[in-house]
Amino acid sequence: MKRTLMGVAAAGLMAFGLSATAAEMKAIDKASTTSAVRSGFSYAISETREMQTDDIQNPSFLWVDIGEEQWGTVDGEAGKSCESCHGNAADTMANVGSTYPVWDPATKKPMNVELRINKCRAENMKAKPWKYESDELLGMTAYIKSVGRGKPIHVSLKDGDMEAWSKKGEQFYYQRRGLLDLSCAHCHEQNPGNLIRAETLSQGQTNGFPTYRLKWQKLGSLHRRFRGCNNNIRAEPYAYGSDEYLALETYLAQRGANLPVEGPSVRK
Amino acid sequence: MKVRSIFGAALGIALMAAAGTQVQAAGLVKYTVVEHPSIPESLTKGDPVRGRAAVINRQKGNCLACHSIPEIPEEQFHGEVGPVLDDVGSRMSAGEIRMRIVDPKVINPETAMPSFYKLEGLHRVAKKWQGKTILSAQEVEDVVAYMLTLKGSYSN
Repeated sequence: MKRTLMGVAAAGLMAFGLSATAAEMKAIDKASTTSAVRSGFSYAISETREMQTDDIQNPSFLWVDIGEEQWGTVDGEAGKSCESCHGNAADTMANVGSTYPVWDPATKKPMNVELRINKCRAENMKAKPWKYESDELLGMTAYIKSVGRGKPIHVSLKDGDMEAWSKKGEQFYYQRRGLLDLSCAHCHEQNPGNLIRAETLSQGQTNGFPTYRLKWQKLGSLHRRFRGCNNNIRAEPYAYGSDEYLALETYLAQRGANLPVEGPSVRK
Repeated sequence: MKVRSIFGAALGIALMAAAGTQVQAAGLVKYTVVEHPSIPESLTKGDPVRGRAAVINRQKGNCLACHSIPEIPEEQFHGEVGPVLDDVGSRMSAGEIRMRIVDPKVINPETAMPSFYKLEGLHRVAKKWQGKTILSAQEVEDVVAYMLTLKGSYSN
């Protein structure tokens, strides 16, 4: 009896403190059980999941806070902040996380959120671009993705050569590489849910990036994860923002279509 | 050129049928693949105790990454990607095991299992690993010797 009462009290607290995020967790689970496409979230243990879905506990929010602060900070020769042109990010950036990469006619390449931020800084703010993996770029990416959480991933291939770049990404995905001679597919298509020593393989979906990896003790970009994967199989990694990784990012968005944006997530 | 490669392929098959296919890459020990496929002749003499250590070592065999090996209960978290290696020593000959460690793609071109003693046909090997096999000839034989000791029925 006592136990039941305590249970009710705990449930009450949960509902009070975590109502929005508990609903979010449920939505991700639903998306993961009703289709073949599963977020990495659904492979994580409950402690990791709870850390992600409580914004207070989620360490990624240290970087989201950095991004939010930068949003309103004037930088560069043009004397502008992001806010000067884009106003309230929660309104103007809500569809960014779910629709990027998009085609960039200037570079004739797909452009991910990181590149979009730096393009805006260089062209509109006349400010110095941020380095990949800097707290500023991770923070702004995380902040922009965070305002679009829950939106289903839908990256259009209609513009420019997006279709061809996605195809290139697909070829990358199925190409064996490194001394261990593995393709992405060997782990993430053929073995999700299976253990590699103590690590549970996931489908390698991208909807949670940037992600706070407990192993990194830091927020990290998707391209950092690509490099880590390549290193694990003793393959020469590509550079951050390289054509190869942009192609792969474009293709993976297709594989993960309709998964909700979770970024910034927490993973092992 | 085309004629030559067809001739080469035909010659390869003929050799395979007669006395097996000899494989030799620069700097590696030469070995012979016979039909089945199998590598019946050892590259050098193996030691099962050293083999067990190489199986566990993450920089060497790292076999536990993918395979569960009940004979190694002291190591936590065995992988689930490949088959359980409990009685491989009673199911397979040394030659069959050696083939699967040296170059398992001869048996199954689609396998996720790395070729532990092969340099060719690899894409974008990291600079620090170029020109190196995952295991040395000695380590291959050590692992073969260890695998031959796995005959099932383990109790923790």
